[in-house]
Amino acid sequence: EFRRFSLERSKPGKFEEFYGLLQHVHKIPNVDVLVGYTDIHGDLLPINNDDNYHKAVSTANPLLRIFIQRKEDADYSAFGTDTMTRKKNVLSNVLRPDNHKKKPHIVISMPQDFRPVSSIIDVDILPETHRRVRLYKYGTDKPLGFYIRDGSSVRVTPHGLEKVPGIFISRLVPGGLAQSTGLLAVNDEVLEVNGIEVSGKSLDQVTDMMIANSRNLIITVRPANQRNNVVRNSRTSGSSGQSTESSLPSSTPNILTNFLQGEEESDEEDIIIEDSGEPQQIPKAAATSESLESLTQIELHESTQNGFLPSTEMNSDHSAGSVSMEYEVQDPDHKSLEEDGTIITL
Amino acid sequence: MRRFLRPGHDPVRERLKRDLFQFNKTVEHGFPHQPSALGYSPFLRLMAIGTRSGAIKLYGAPGVEFMGLHEENNTVMQIHFIPDQCQLVTLLDDNSLHLWSLKQHSGASELREECRFTLKGPPGSPPSATQITAVLPHSSREVLYLGTESGNIFVVELPSFRVLEDKTITSEAVLQRVPDDYSNRRSCDFVEALREHPKNPDQILIGYSRDLIVLWDLQNNKATHHFLGSQQLENLYWQRDGSKFISCHYDGSYAQWPVSSDNRQPEPLENVVPYGPFPCKAISKIYWQTTKNGLPYIIFQGGMPRASYGDRHSISVVHGSQQTAFDFTSRVIDFFIIFSSEPTAECDDPSAMVVLAEEELVVIDLETAGWPAIHPPYLASLHCSAITCSHHVSNIPLKLWERIISAGSKQNIHYSNMPWPIDGGTNVAPDPPQRDLLLTGHEDGTVRFWDASGVCLHLLYKLSTVKVFLTDADPNENMNTVGEDEWPPLRKVGTFDPYSDDPRLGIQKIYLCKYSGYLAVAGTAGQVLVMELNDEDAEHVVDHAEADLLQDQEGYRWKGHEKLKTRDGPVRFEAGFQPFVLVQCQPPAVVTSLALHSEWKLVAFGTSHGFGLFDHQQKRLVFVKCTLHPSDQLALEGPLSRVKSLKKSLRQSFRRIRRSRVSSRKRRGGSGNASEVQEANAKFDQEALQEMELAPVQRKIEARSAEDSFTGFVRTLYFADTFLRDSSRHCPSLWAGTNGGTVYAFCLRVPPAERRMDEPVRAEQAKEIQLMHRAPVVSILVLDGRGTPLPEPLEVAHDLSKSPDMQGSHQLLVVSEEQLKVFTLPKVSSKLKLKLTALEGCRVRKVTVANFGSCKTDDYSENDLAVLTNLGDIQIISLPFLKLQIRYPCIRKEDVSGIASCVFTKYGQGFYLISPSEFERFSLSTKWLVEPRCVVDMPEVTSNNHVHHKSSVENAAGKS
Repeated sequence: EFRRFSLERSKPGKFEEFYGLLQHVHKIPNVDVLVGYTDIHGDLLPINNDDNYHKAVSTANPLLRIFIQRKEDADYSAFGTDTMTRKKNVLSNVLRPDNHKKKPHIVISMPQDFRPVSSIIDVDILPETHRRVRLYKYGTDKPLGFYIRDGSSVRVTPHGLEKVPGIFISRLVPGGLAQSTGLLAVNDEVLEVNGIEVSGKSLDQVTDMMIANSRNLIITVRPANQRNNVVRNSRTSGSSGQSTESSLPSSTPNILTNFLQGEEESDEEDIIIEDSGEPQQIPKAAATSESLESLTQIELHESTQNGFLPSTEMNSDHSAGSVSMEYEVQDPDHKSLEEDGTIITL
Repeated sequence: MRRFLRPGHDPVRERLKRDLFQFNKTVEHGFPHQPSALGYSPFLRLMAIGTRSGAIKLYGAPGVEFMGLHEENNTVMQIHFIPDQCQLVTLLDDNSLHLWSLKQHSGASELREECRFTLKGPPGSPPSATQITAVLPHSSREVLYLGTESGNIFVVELPSFRVLEDKTITSEAVLQRVPDDYSNRRSCDFVEALREHPKNPDQILIGYSRDLIVLWDLQNNKATHHFLGSQQLENLYWQRDGSKFISCHYDGSYAQWPVSSDNRQPEPLENVVPYGPFPCKAISKIYWQTTKNGLPYIIFQGGMPRASYGDRHSISVVHGSQQTAFDFTSRVIDFFIIFSSEPTAECDDPSAMVVLAEEELVVIDLETAGWPAIHPPYLASLHCSAITCSHHVSNIPLKLWERIISAGSKQNIHYSNMPWPIDGGTNVAPDPPQRDLLLTGHEDGTVRFWDASGVCLHLLYKLSTVKVFLTDADPNENMNTVGEDEWPPLRKVGTFDPYSDDPRLGIQKIYLCKYSGYLAVAGTAGQVLVMELNDEDAEHVVDHAEADLLQDQEGYRWKGHEKLKTRDGPVRFEAGFQPFVLVQCQPPAVVTSLALHSEWKLVAFGTSHGFGLFDHQQKRLVFVKCTLHPSDQLALEGPLSRVKSLKKSLRQSFRRIRRSRVSSRKRRGGSGNASEVQEANAKFDQEALQEMELAPVQRKIEARSAEDSFTGFVRTLYFADTFLRDSSRHCPSLWAGTNGGTVYAFCLRVPPAERRMDEPVRAEQAKEIQLMHRAPVVSILVLDGRGTPLPEPLEVAHDLSKSPDMQGSHQLLVVSEEQLKVFTLPKVSSKLKLKLTALEGCRVRKVTVANFGSCKTDDYSENDLAVLTNLGDIQIISLPFLKLQIRYPCIRKEDVSGIASCVFTKYGQGFYLISPSEFERFSLSTKWLVEPRCVVDMPEVTSNNHVHHKSSVENAAGKS
């Protein structure tokens, strides 16, 4: 079914309102749906929070094509780079699900059922030459397993090319988390740790920052090997070849809160043993009128902790504290996997 | 980051912050590190000390001090005051001269560098042509005479430093008048000494290094007398009336020369080798001081018999039949004599000798029989034994203060009563607002109590814990006795003694309760002493208990040092703090944390193995808790000392040298292929070195795990009366934090005062919190219902603090190296946190609650946390909302010992060691600021000429 309606570009409103509007326009008030749009490169990208919704509205030229899928039978593979320009028209994927039945791909599970180990995040807001990697550390069974060192990199400045000091990955421990993700490599330059730029900080400071964030480490790197980058307007690229275990976009509209809960679990699990009883996780104190200020404080830490603070390289459309989507293309069918194979050899 | 900063931009708060906080480094306490030069102005009665790092410090009356720093950081070689001026000239080892002046500015004098100058020779001349060896500020105040290595004397105008080329006294011109046989033998020696005639400013005495001394007439530009010696010259000194001068020499002799108009080339009146006849060391400086009774004081540096006493640092004073060779603990940099500056006086009548040694300042009273030392009010040698820890107590009650002073005065009876002779300038700083004590623990088992209220850090009292223990070395009591026929008549002076008999005696933690006078002191070998202040000498037995911190842990072996042996039977203690309880931890590892509750009469102590609680009223161990992780082998086996003293590392390096000598000897004596082994070793070393150079410095990124070493190390202990179990009843509690991020809380039952001796103190573990980030817990604090930290024990009882709010709910603040977290009590739930390390990459090293008062209004003050990080920054963080208020860079991050030594006061000041012997004092508060503020006025001069002569002679004597 097609619907056409207008939005005021200057005041797009909140994602929730928009989501409600879609449900209203389609008369499906209680159906969970996935929302996507095509951007200027012809990629099908998800809309699931305020930021990418605003980004979507701002790219309308003047028309914005929006795709809605029922969540239960959603095809996650439809999203991502190149999706709209692949040989197989994505529209046919979306609009004619029977097409799929001819070639049923193996649906392993919904991504929520898996525990993520690592992911590439913020692809839409980072320059193509950068990569933001999130490492999830659970327990102590697998070491993070990497080393960093001082080095120097060449930057373009108003005074021409300049050598500036930088922090680099110097070694990956075989079998460690960092190596097993395949997202980090020796000589990658570390630009940020959990959203905080490392320039001007010493090797020891950056080490301490990484260790302090080791339960939820988000590092932004400039990969030494720039050939495997997600080049969004290129025909032949794909990032799936790099990530062995990566999460698919979380499709629920409240991705932000989902994150924070996950975050709290991984980060706040200080343990208390009362009167030599059983160890328990320490709960969060309920907000009282008195601790109003403290609440804002907590929020503040979480957001900085999450590392979604805007970096200077970020697109200006996505400024203030944009908690944006987290997604990764994973092509389930053989054909695109073969494609990836050829890309890797490039 | 932007979001993080935003909450701070509340304009009202910003204004308040400006009224509360400001950062200043105010004054340096202690003895300058590596002093290199000394100067004195009898006119200003100020002393100047220069250091190897280019600092120059001026001292006068207590509280009068100035500091300047040369930009170049070069060694200060000489300091000369300009006669009758508030000015001085310094010579650095880069051959540059600097003119400094004291000028008044808004009610206080300031020391400023006016200009600098480097002597330039003609093009092509060697650098030695202009290398300055002697400086003479002329009494006319208009010119400086600069003696050089080439033997030429240059004249520069002051204050412009313009070279007056036509006045240069060349060595050629001087040699013209000298007999040919002499001038042929030696041409150009360097100028060793320049001295102005005490009565006739137109004559100067020039001493060349070999053996030629010339009296030069400045008016006629010619030599009037010359004096030929036979020994290499070291220094010269005019007698007061100008009829004679004295020269001292490299061979340990001195000679007296007459100056009269009839003999132009006199022979010496006498030539003496005071410590002959065997070869002696050089006499590098000499004074000849006349007295009313006719017997002169002859005071000279060095001259000891080379073979037997060549290693002594001595200054000898000879007065008639009295002779003493003062034997200093370190190399003598320079010295001067304070004598009558009355211009009309006929005699010098010396009153005191001021000696700057490398490690301390010693002042000798020459007026009192026996020549006792004078206790200096400043420039204390903090490092007379290496400092191992420090503890600051603010606002000491007057009663305790007086008792400590009285105990200290009994220790100082051997000092002279002479008032401090260097008394120039006026201290105009307001009186210190309160009485503050700084306690330093030392490696030799002593605790020193310093008056830290004002600018002069002054030793009040010294406490030694050594008497409690049996040590190998018996205290050497006959150090100062001199045998009747002892020659040379050496007498040890000074307190610098860096050699500790037993490193286990070292003090690691100090806690003083200012209300009760209880003092707890803990040391390197697990010893914890509780002491009480007693105004009388007493002899008693120290109760002794042992705390086995390993308890039921099996199969561990302590490989570190043994515990200290205690003395049996009663021990005699002098008035002051006297120990009555000794607890020894087993294994005897260094005590890493200590807390004392004087109201409950409990002392808690922790090591790397666990912690314990001792009831010092009933003298009973309440409980011990082992904090060891079973995998933590390292903590079990060896001693761990965080502060490694220089001395220790020195000793180790000596040991290493000795060992390598032994092993090389062994190798030589061994089989024939020793050289092969050596070669292989060398090759291996080289390879290892290469590998080290090739491998870049890298850091491992790994989450902390429970298996890391030293997780059981107890970092902090804290007593609190709070709601530990339920919200209706509060009770005494003990909190402990470990290196592994664990917090233990024990509920204590202390019997009421009337049954205190009858019922035992009981303790029960109530809570154990494991911080998941596992960073070491640095501090624990309980905030009351108003968010204010709980008061110290007895503080409320003495009406010095509001009683804590026990109505509202209490909060627990846990400060780890990485985060600050607030939890609710009694049910522990996390309330808020500040993640310092995750955001900034810095780690908490020291943290204290400090009270900041507003400089604008008297009625506003607030409590904040002062935090020192491993980067040397100080951050002020608000309580109870943990908001970063302000950040100041304070210590260089490379200065690890400076950061480790930092101690905060309760009112936003602090101290840290900038060298082994100096504390830098800083202030974070606008209200509490202790800094020198003083005025130096030009004294009135009645008869200019006379003063000129003396001061110039005095000043010129600044060369060692």
